[in-house]
Amino acid sequence: MTNILMALLWFALFGGAFGLLLAIASKAFHVKVDERIPEICDVLPGANCGGCGYAGCAALAEAIVKGEAKISACVVADNECVGKIAEIMGCPTEAAVRKRAQVMCSGSKDRAKKKYIYNGANDCIAATRLGGGDKLCPNGCIGLGTCTEVCSFGALNIVDGIAKVDDALCTGCGQCITACPKNIIRLVPFDAPYRVACMSVDKGPVTKSYCEVGCISCRICEKNCPVGAVTVNDFVASIDYEKCTGCGICADKCPRKIIHCDQSVIANAN
Amino acid sequence: MKDILILMLTAVLIENYIFSRFLGICPFLGVSEKPDTALGMGFAVMFVMTLSSAATYAVYEYVLVRFDLEYLETIAFILIIATLVQFIEMFLKRFIPSLYGALGIYLPLITTNCAVLGAVLLNVDNGYNFVESIAFGFSSALGFTLAIVIFAGVRMRVSLAEPPKAFKGTPIALVTAGLIAMAFSGFSGMKF
Repeated sequence: MTNILMALLWFALFGGAFGLLLAIASKAFHVKVDERIPEICDVLPGANCGGCGYAGCAALAEAIVKGEAKISACVVADNECVGKIAEIMGCPTEAAVRKRAQVMCSGSKDRAKKKYIYNGANDCIAATRLGGGDKLCPNGCIGLGTCTEVCSFGALNIVDGIAKVDDALCTGCGQCITACPKNIIRLVPFDAPYRVACMSVDKGPVTKSYCEVGCISCRICEKNCPVGAVTVNDFVASIDYEKCTGCGICADKCPRKIIHCDQSVIANAN
Repeated sequence: MKDILILMLTAVLIENYIFSRFLGICPFLGVSEKPDTALGMGFAVMFVMTLSSAATYAVYEYVLVRFDLEYLETIAFILIIATLVQFIEMFLKRFIPSLYGALGIYLPLITTNCAVLGAVLLNVDNGYNFVESIAFGFSSALGFTLAIVIFAGVRMRVSLAEPPKAFKGTPIALVTAGLIAMAFSGFSGMKF
């Protein structure tokens, strides 16, 4: 009997003492945290994608409160989310600039020629080390899905041997851009209506020899653009979205049909 | 001194925590996707295991033994470890924020970890004195860190290969763990 009483006594004592210790410690070691930080944390998307350049959503929230980061620094946040952050911070809202990633390659399995049969590790980075990948095009998508692995939002898929971005899911965080060893993923403004889905910097005939659709730098788009938004530099066309009005003449005139129209995508998203 | 060194070597290699005692398997499989997170987890375990070895030794020797309460050691140790980890977390947050930043997310994971509880119970079972307890706690955790970092390295290589569909994810991780455990069983022949 005394044994049981002793056990009860000691454990009540232990429990009480430890509880008291923790209670005192939580008061004594209390770190004052700005209450806006957890509030902003709740508003942020919470994917911890790192697209803003901070370690995660919590780190960004801290930076916003400290004034180191803009309230629209989160690349994923939409206008509503930025508005809420502005409310918490008590400052005027800023327009969120939504972007989306695009894989600048259209050389799918049946369109682009390969220089060797790759049988190594299932990873673009490994494949790139073997002579820059199996495609003859120096800027062709390898299609082993390193970008699909890093995407926190499941927005990338490999379709017909090249990576394809699902615009509805893409938030423009830019993780895939860092991951891609060929450096062929680019951020475009979300509402950019047209894009050149090629980055081949070889001269026209060379590009033609290994890819059925690659840009041959014929400059038809450049000559036809009424506002001078399309230019051909380094043997590949590029669109200046500051100037582009979305008329679509370049896409119509392109003999290789490499300027893709994304208008339906944008309409669906809105 | 020689005894302590032998004890430590035994705890790290021959009776490795994961590969021969099969303790701490959940963090071993859960936090081993990348070598740097594995290393962070390993350091947190080392930190907590060493401190809790010391704390539980004191409580066991001066309270439980004295009042014939040895049969309640498991409950008492869980209580001590949980309190200790919470306390350390608060202490680090206040006084050493940089260390808190490095270990902070791993500390709550360890609160009721079987590896830590196992180490302090083994201390008692083996009848270690204070110094031996601390040495055993520290070196067990060192063995844990070694195992988890090696495993994370192997797992990173495996993630680039394409295993058959049925083996993707956890199955191939378990097969990998089994192979490393077999390699570690080679140490079991060592005698001092």
